[in-house]
Amino acid sequence: MVTLNDYLLVSGLLFALGFAGVLLRRNLLIIFMSLEMMLNAANLALVAFARFNGTEGLPNYNGQMLVFFIITVAAAEVAVGLAIIVALYRARQTVHVEDINTLKF
Amino acid sequence: MNSIFFWLFSALLLGFGTAVILNRNPVASALSLVVSFLGLAALFVTLDAYFIGIIQVLVYAGAVMVLFLFIIMLLDIKAEKRRSIRPAAFLTGGAIVTAFVIQLAMVLNRFPGGKKTLEPLPERLDDVRNVGFLLFSDYNLPFQVVGVLVLVATVGVVVLSKRELK
Repeated sequence: MVTLNDYLLVSGLLFALGFAGVLLRRNLLIIFMSLEMMLNAANLALVAFARFNGTEGLPNYNGQMLVFFIITVAAAEVAVGLAIIVALYRARQTVHVEDINTLKF
Repeated sequence: MNSIFFWLFSALLLGFGTAVILNRNPVASALSLVVSFLGLAALFVTLDAYFIGIIQVLVYAGAVMVLFLFIIMLLDIKAEKRRSIRPAAFLTGGAIVTAFVIQLAMVLNRFPGGKKTLEPLPERLDDVRNVGFLLFSDYNLPFQVVGVLVLVATVGVVVLSKRELK
């Protein structure tokens, strides 16, 4: 049988993958995609906890509501973030983080 | 039966997730991320969260990833040239991620609630009805605030995308 730990392990591994992408990749778009993976790892953990800690034979719907709001906010965040990347590309003609070092000390 | 699906879709999720961070071509990364999110939606369905699963496919695999592909093609980004990897940065990043995975394994080992298995649900689960009822009763105010947030984001994107402000 599948236990809560299995879901949490998959969620944690997905978060670690996204974390590795943010730390190791240097293309802004891929870093942004890795951020989305980390958000989705949190969503998986929330839905798993909601299902395994249900009351009276029903899942705990408060956890699912939180996931609903996270998805909505993430969609708005992606739109704004991509607009910033487009504006940056217009100014600098690059999406490589090492070429964007004007503020670097 | 449930556990076969769980491991199948977990492998899909993590395999294509790895492909996202290993691919050099951003278009290939974005398409891998679409498949990875479809696997995640299937995992939501194995958890009986049908509404969240459908939203995941519609919003993430559909709208958000199309937006990503649209921007990649609009900016006409080619596959990255091979740059020299700075070993110090690479090793530090790898060490942080490894430390995180080790910590995760230790916490999960000692987590007392982790041994729970899936309880059976009632014969008929009105998932969308339950979610909708909660959304428009207890969570009515946050729902409307999120509507305002989306409006603000839309206006912000339009302002950011204009070439020059008058």
